[in-house]
Amino acid sequence: MHRRVTAALGAVLVALVALLAFANPAAADGERIGGQLENRVDGKKTPVEGVVITVTGNGFEGSATSGPDGKWEVPVPALGNYDVTIDVSTLPEGVALTEEDKVTIEQVPVKPPLFNGLKTVTFPLGQSTATTTSVWEQAAQLTVSGLEFGLLIALGALGLSIIYGTTGLVNFAHGEIITFGALSTWVLNAGLGLNFFLAAIGGLLLSAAFGWLNNAALWRPLRKRGTGLIAMMIVSIGLALFLRNLFQFFVGGDKKSYTEYAGLAGMSIGPVSVTPTDIGIFITAILALVATVLVLSKSRLGKATRAVSDNPSLAAGAGINVERVITFVWVIGAALAGLGGMLLGFTQQVSFQMGFQILLLVFAAVTLGGLGTIAGAIFGSLVVGLFIQLTTLIVPTELKNVGALLVLIVILLVRPYGLLGRRERIG
Amino acid sequence: MDWSYIFAVMVTSAFGLQAIVFGLAAIGINVQFGYTGLLNFGQAAFMAVGGYAVAVTVVELNMSFWWGVVFGLIGAVILALLLGVPTLRLRADYLAIVTIAAAEIIRLILRSVTFKDFFGGSDGKQAFADGFFAMNFLPPDADLRIGPAVVNESQLFTYIVGWSLVALACLVVWLLVRSPWGRVVKGIREDEDAVRSLGKNVFVYKMQALVLGGLFGALAGFITAVGAQNVNPDSFKTDATFFAYAILILGGAARVFGPVLGTVIFWALFQGTDVFLRQAIDAGVPIVSLMDGTQAAVLRVMLVGLGLMLLMIYRPQGILGDRRELALDAR
Repeated sequence: MHRRVTAALGAVLVALVALLAFANPAAADGERIGGQLENRVDGKKTPVEGVVITVTGNGFEGSATSGPDGKWEVPVPALGNYDVTIDVSTLPEGVALTEEDKVTIEQVPVKPPLFNGLKTVTFPLGQSTATTTSVWEQAAQLTVSGLEFGLLIALGALGLSIIYGTTGLVNFAHGEIITFGALSTWVLNAGLGLNFFLAAIGGLLLSAAFGWLNNAALWRPLRKRGTGLIAMMIVSIGLALFLRNLFQFFVGGDKKSYTEYAGLAGMSIGPVSVTPTDIGIFITAILALVATVLVLSKSRLGKATRAVSDNPSLAAGAGINVERVITFVWVIGAALAGLGGMLLGFTQQVSFQMGFQILLLVFAAVTLGGLGTIAGAIFGSLVVGLFIQLTTLIVPTELKNVGALLVLIVILLVRPYGLLGRRERIG
Repeated sequence: MDWSYIFAVMVTSAFGLQAIVFGLAAIGINVQFGYTGLLNFGQAAFMAVGGYAVAVTVVELNMSFWWGVVFGLIGAVILALLLGVPTLRLRADYLAIVTIAAAEIIRLILRSVTFKDFFGGSDGKQAFADGFFAMNFLPPDADLRIGPAVVNESQLFTYIVGWSLVALACLVVWLLVRSPWGRVVKGIREDEDAVRSLGKNVFVYKMQALVLGGLFGALAGFITAVGAQNVNPDSFKTDATFFAYAILILGGAARVFGPVLGTVIFWALFQGTDVFLRQAIDAGVPIVSLMDGTQAAVLRVMLVGLGLMLLMIYRPQGILGDRRELALDAR
């Protein structure tokens, strides 16, 4: 106990000294350009040492080499604009500039207000891929990650699609069910310290319960009141806004990881590298999708579901309890979406807006396949997942979702009922 | 607790920049959704087109402010046509999905590093509003004081122009909806097939409503750009569209003054809550002070979502609306 207090005090003291040193640098009167070089791989940052950076401009040229903490600083003689260049050949092996046009950052303004005279310049560094692998190897790797992403989208899309099929509701709060699955698993795993598999089962059950609650507390009463579909859509937007900010209120805005199975080393299978987590995601997602499709096509309840989505009044007339079917659909749909979010937590980390960010892709997948069809939702999701990943061969990664959303608009232009949909569904 | 300060913030917010911007955006949605029944969930995209048109025209093309306005209006028309052609023949939910997707496409492109030289990436664009403020006719010391809050002459000029635009937009909407055109679009909202059977080209009327509402969205974009002297991709997130919907439904859809009343009340409450919560946190009020400032900001948006749900369920006609004319909840 005593030792811990001493250590804490020591740490505070060191921090204070560092702060003072930072506040009163040796060249206190001069302006400097500086920064910290960090290699970012999957959200983890490691400092990069021994990289030469050159600053030119206003008849001045100076350079610096990054230290063990990745930090570098070049004092400049006067205020003004400078070009800052990173010497790519001095980067260690496996590290590359992730944005090729950032070799030279031009016209960096060194002018007040500056914090302690330091103008910070950041070079985006990350794992090098383009230099070592051929296009075909990249394509193979992207196909695998595209299929993986497609399966995760499919888990969300299938739920959205069967809920739409039976109730007609386009649920804009479906993304929040995806987030809920990931967050509840994360809370059980990292917060309560449960083993990941126990946490995952808990997260799945909680998601199913959340779906039931959504239907029982909100949507069933609204259906009973005879609320229209457009009004319900706006209610779902209010619900999405409410839930997303509720999540942020309680867990904050940062990204989180599960305590186990995150960031495992990859292994090579032929030209592609996959982690054991990826394999787990593939198996889990495929099993869940196959099981759901079997239940929907073979079981009595599944057949009743399809009858309701064909014609609710006729199904009710045939003695099917429509509300019971809808409850079943909400529970299954939310469990699938929650599972999708939980697995997405491995590939994209857990955050309050992960479901919202993927929601439009889920919509694109469902529309592409045909709103309300089961096979269409899965097929559309795989196409969207593959499309997003494979187009990164041509378009910048930051714009990959733009392509998928454009495809959504084009598909509506030429085949509005979707690739596998039936013509009469568009009404 | 400084109640006079809270009150001053509520008054200045009720008639401030945000109120004008979202008022105009909501007037646009009122034409589309309130009168015609079109679910445009991409109003943020029209605002972005307006705002960025002014910024890029002035900064990158070195043309005058007025050309920016012209390009913004043309851009809004083009965007409305692009969105309307594939979707207006389909059911209402398709338009909703496509417009929200288009809004995200535009925002992602605006904030991308690839087009940073033109659109400024996530930093957005600054220093383009001089042409607008050169028209400022107010004397340099024409400050308006509302208690502890001060509105300087540039802000005051922006507000005068903004509220004039709001008044003009209301006049246009008022004239249109009592014209034969207004009766047709209201008919489309109630029963599309009935209107079609009378020989009207429903598609063309819907497209006109979409374009008109988009133009009001672009006006909102102009005002937010010059008023903040800054455009930023993240101020055009989908949340902006949903705020405008909340405002419209609060004030009363399919009512000329619905969006105006909605925006005044919404922003007074929204910013008032902010100042109230911050002061309560500082004063150490029990329970409230368990939150930090970020949580207080998040809580407000949470309340907007909850408010939108409750309004839509319990009072879909809002404050001014007439339930008999507009059964929003039964469609």
